[in-house]
Amino acid sequence: MNSVSIDKNEKTVSMQPKYSPVKEFWKNFRKQKVAFIASVFVLLLILVAILAPYIAPFDPYKPNYDALLEPPSKSHLAGTDEYGRDILSRLIMGTRISLSVSFASVFLGMILGTILGLMSGYFGGWLDRIIMRSSDVLFSFPDLLLAIAIVAILGPGLNNVIIAVTVFGIPSFARLVRGATLEAKENTYVEAAKSMGAPHRRIMYKHIFPETVSSLIIFVTMRIGTAILAASSLSFLGLGASPETPEWGVMLSTGRDYLGTASHVVIVPGIAIFLTVLAFNLIGDGLRDVLDPKTKND
Amino acid sequence: MLRYIIKRVLEILPIIFVVSILSFLFIHFIPGDPARLVAGKDATLQDVQNVREELGLNDPIWKQYISYMGNLLQGNLGTSLKTGLPVSDMFSSRFMPSIYLTFFAMIWATIIGLLIGAISAVFKNKWPDYLGMVTAVSGISLPGFWLGLLLIQLFSVQLGMLPTGGSEGFKSYILPSLTLGAGIMSMIARFTRSSLLETLQTDYIRTGRAKGLKESVVIIQHALRNSLIPVVTIAGLQFGFLLGGSVVVETVFSFPGMGRLLIDSIAFRDYPVIQSALLLFAIEFIIVNLVVDILYSVLNPKIQIQS
Repeated sequence: MNSVSIDKNEKTVSMQPKYSPVKEFWKNFRKQKVAFIASVFVLLLILVAILAPYIAPFDPYKPNYDALLEPPSKSHLAGTDEYGRDILSRLIMGTRISLSVSFASVFLGMILGTILGLMSGYFGGWLDRIIMRSSDVLFSFPDLLLAIAIVAILGPGLNNVIIAVTVFGIPSFARLVRGATLEAKENTYVEAAKSMGAPHRRIMYKHIFPETVSSLIIFVTMRIGTAILAASSLSFLGLGASPETPEWGVMLSTGRDYLGTASHVVIVPGIAIFLTVLAFNLIGDGLRDVLDPKTKND
Repeated sequence: MLRYIIKRVLEILPIIFVVSILSFLFIHFIPGDPARLVAGKDATLQDVQNVREELGLNDPIWKQYISYMGNLLQGNLGTSLKTGLPVSDMFSSRFMPSIYLTFFAMIWATIIGLLIGAISAVFKNKWPDYLGMVTAVSGISLPGFWLGLLLIQLFSVQLGMLPTGGSEGFKSYILPSLTLGAGIMSMIARFTRSSLLETLQTDYIRTGRAKGLKESVVIIQHALRNSLIPVVTIAGLQFGFLLGGSVVVETVFSFPGMGRLLIDSIAFRDYPVIQSALLLFAIEFIIVNLVVDILYSVLNPKIQIQS
């Protein structure tokens, strides 16, 4: 009954343009030309990743000993590597690997970090202290070193890279969400919900979590760039994907011996990593300008 | 001031304690029998038995931890499986080169980063700003190992100006520290820009301009100085990024430092070396963060009052 009458009300007001945060966001985000172009680029990459096996012109694993280390040409647009494998096809398959590894690890890290951060900020007290001290401990293995330590324990391989990059993301997400939660907790509507006897879980997810979303969106975007760099660094160091896998970091690592004679083997995958990370960082910058009024500079 | 320092030092002690426990447990985290791992692949059953005895793996775990810490505090980090040398000897020749490398990277990155950030802020939305910010966002997106390889190709292979790596004195530090610092330089530049833009909108800057101070005096003496406080924090936090990056950069340049030792040891499963190297990196990072915190409180006395 209630909801019906509200709907009616909305219809009568809808003569005036209705305020919608999504529309508002879209309007502002489209003005961020650079970030907009970067998003189109990322969408294309996602498409390439999904369609990879269908659009790759050659088999990315199949060696061709008649065409070793060929420079870019009409038949091999990005040249061939030391086994005569088509680099473009390997790049296309690599897009799938890099994007899925980074998406998986960032989202897993986000989910776990968000839950911990929400609980930490909302309940405070000893729980807060335990979670924050644990994240301090994780933080004391700085940056890539935590991921390296985890891979050193679990052994090399792409799955372990995902685990490692996930764990190294958790404390950052937890801190970010905790901060936003502490701020949101002060709102009167949270107090109102509490005084009406709403259960903690409901308050956390219905009232506090939405307040953290905009900072989360910005951070996730930036984090995907970091994750791609971290995963490809681990592979480059020989701790990630196996040597025959068409992963970008692996391609660079196996190609480095041919830098002097066939530099495209190193330059092409490097450009792929660079442009992809750059695109995510540019989107992150654009999102920050739109979503976070505090850091607006113009 | 002294009270604040003591308080901060006391705060990191429990963290160091937990980190040491983690480091101690490292061997136990690895799937499999620790004694067999340490004895190596080709060890006989008797060897494994001896190692178990030697490491005290039959003792209760708290006793093992106490003897581990006892050894650690005496500078006994165990023996490398690969070389048979004491781990502390292997570290002693590699520790300082890594410190110099991070130090050089930090210095050039801070100077150039501050410069680019300040120029971008002063010429906001004009071409120097765009140029500076394009450089900065590219810098954080560049994979360090790729940049390193490109620099080797250009300066070592084609121009023959600098060594590709190794330990040929100061020259060997130039390319690695350039590679290592690129990311930090970019972050410092971006941060300086936004911090300076914020400061330039404050009342005392307006007052300074209104009373007819030269623009250069306003920016350098008043604005930049106050914008430095957050930049110091960021620079300090980024030190961890440098330590992580040094592992990659040292590998690219075959640099004789701690990072490359760590990676080589992982490939060889030289667990005693891996264990102590990770512990050393962690403690180094904790201490740097402590120093940054204290520096920060010197620059900004408000922090001490708040806490």
